[in-house]
Amino acid sequence: MTKKSFRQAINEALRQEMQRDPRVILMGEDVAGGRGGTSGVKDAWGGVLGVTKGLLTEFGEDRVLDTPISEASYIGAAAGAAATGLRPVAELMFVDFVGCCLDQIMNQAAKFRYMFGGKARTPLVIRAMYGAGFNAAAQHSQALYPLFTHIPGLKVVVPSSPYEAKGLLIEAIRDDDPVIFLENKVMYDDEEDVPDDPYTIPFGEANLTREGDDVTIVAFGRMVNFANQAADRLEKDGISCTVIDPRTTSPLDAATILDCVNETGRLVIVDESSPRCNMATDVAALVAEEAFDALKAPIRRVTPPHTPVPFATVLEKLYVPDVEKIEAAVRSVAAYRVKEEA
Amino acid sequence: MQIARDILTRSYRSMRTIRDFEERLHVEFATGDIPGFVHLYCGEEASGVGVCAHLTDTDTIASTHRGHGHCIAKGVGVDGMMAEIYGRRSGVCRGKGGSMHIADLSLGMLGANGIVGGGPPLICGAALSHKTLKDGAVAVAFYGDGASNEGSTLESLNLASVWKVPAVFVVEDNGYGEATGASYAVAGNQKDRAAGFGMPYFECDGNDFFSVYETAGEAIEHARKGNGPAMLHVHLARWYGHFEGDAMTYRAADEVAKLRAEHDCLVNFRRKVVGAGLLEDSDLDTIDTAVKDEIEAAVVAARKAPLPEDADLMKDVYVSY
Ligand SMILES: Cc1ncc(C[n+]2csc(CCOP(=O)(O)OP(=O)(O)O)c2C)c(N)n1
Ligand SMILES: [Mg+2]
Repeated sequence: MTKKSFRQAINEALRQEMQRDPRVILMGEDVAGGRGGTSGVKDAWGGVLGVTKGLLTEFGEDRVLDTPISEASYIGAAAGAAATGLRPVAELMFVDFVGCCLDQIMNQAAKFRYMFGGKARTPLVIRAMYGAGFNAAAQHSQALYPLFTHIPGLKVVVPSSPYEAKGLLIEAIRDDDPVIFLENKVMYDDEEDVPDDPYTIPFGEANLTREGDDVTIVAFGRMVNFANQAADRLEKDGISCTVIDPRTTSPLDAATILDCVNETGRLVIVDESSPRCNMATDVAALVAEEAFDALKAPIRRVTPPHTPVPFATVLEKLYVPDVEKIEAAVRSVAAYRVKEEA
Repeated sequence: MQIARDILTRSYRSMRTIRDFEERLHVEFATGDIPGFVHLYCGEEASGVGVCAHLTDTDTIASTHRGHGHCIAKGVGVDGMMAEIYGRRSGVCRGKGGSMHIADLSLGMLGANGIVGGGPPLICGAALSHKTLKDGAVAVAFYGDGASNEGSTLESLNLASVWKVPAVFVVEDNGYGEATGASYAVAGNQKDRAAGFGMPYFECDGNDFFSVYETAGEAIEHARKGNGPAMLHVHLARWYGHFEGDAMTYRAADEVAKLRAEHDCLVNFRRKVVGAGLLEDSDLDTIDTAVKDEIEAAVVAARKAPLPEDADLMKDVYVSY
């Protein structure tokens, strides 16, 4: 067990899986970097934020492929390679760039198995960065996991810490379906103890980061940390929370969410993605349908507003859910009392 | 070549403004006060300026993530740009877009773009507008060697030819897309791509304003006369990293120093115009001083300018909703 950053945890997962299985290859724009450069330095970047650094040196150019800036073709190539014997991990850099290659994900990779009557396997992983907080503005800051969650045939992973990232990424690489693996770009330097040996974390099994009696908080990705911080503060005022990290939005661990809501009767959902048709609405619908009798208060959703992500720091801060907003939502549902019928 | 004196002085001023704007941003970015990603156009000034010298406010351009130069060349004011880059309410986009999204449609500037290959399709549409509305204008897509490999770009070359719209595709070939060399990433060449899509190909030296000005003139004239699209391939180089903070380990150690010493478009310009007796050194010095003051004032103003207000967050998602 060593302290590792989110970045290192992902790098280690990739390295260990590439060591284990020669069919695992990486591709993407500047996943190595330096090809065709005048210094002759290879692996000059190792990804824009250095996540794949060193992998070219260890595995060579046949397994770490820099691509032209052509998302439709290389993401599609990764899907095609996955269907024909390789296990590609393709990096889309910013998830916002999915606009350039959605067909290959949505109409091709996601649907092969079903359309082909169960005769295809597409062990593809697409890694991409998501999230606001970098002043990267409207085209580089979106949290698009609901978009992928919406598409049958895709699995979607939103890790909340370095430990989670390593185990979930190894699971993703070993999984035989297309997996979208989304990394919050603000978290790359977050550190925690991460086992040195490979390990997997199964999909569709939520993690309870804390258990409490009063309010259930379901949070995704980076928001899990915020939810835990909010829960710490609330604890001091006697409001105890359960915090659920679903880990994967597809599959979604509905049973754990329902169990917790059945115990607390109060639910807050924290989702960094745009508020319409997102994970918060999805979980709210699930609970409204399956745990109606347990509810003691309206479900509250903490999300950004229905706007693109703004550039200026003051606006971006206002946009992203934070500890204060979560705390306020939890207090409001904790204080809520059902009116007695007249 | 005959170039009117006012075009020369305007173009020099524009190139100098871009250079100083970018050099200053490089310094200011290092202080940590500028948020977000910043991609500098230093070294590439003659391209944007040489092309835009042929355009009016009715003509449209689409730019890239490396957009400051195109904005200035198309006439966007440095005060509004600087304020935007600092995320201020007085910015051209009210602090909502930042460096990568500076736009001013009133000047025919359809925006910098955070999406590589985002511009060329838009330019097919702008060119269609110009053709349909018969306003005599052209639409110009600036894009990089890296962007030349996007499907959206290649599809646009085809569409513009099929529609025979007045579009000009300006490939700013600085030899790199991020850390990857064009010699690796670009198969074949731009000339054959133009030919493959049935449009004329023009090529020029992006370190030389006059080379750009002359060839851009021909390409734009071709489109403006209703002959369909053209491609202009500009060979140039960027002097800084892909974005601020890039250590550029993929480039030879002396590469940039050499470029600065031997291929500076501003130095080239001065040598040529003064040598030919078109302008005096003192004319150019006066511009240098004025620009210096203008950039200084823009930074001071941007730093002092008010931040966006909370209510701005919800504004302008739609025209009406
Ligand atoms: C669709 C898309 N893919 C990737 C990126 C990331 N990216 C930003 S700039 C860039 C390189 C662009 O190279 P080029 O077109 O040559 O322009 P230059 O930076 O050299 O001016 C890349 C890959 C992006 N912004 N959008
Ligand atoms: Mg380039």
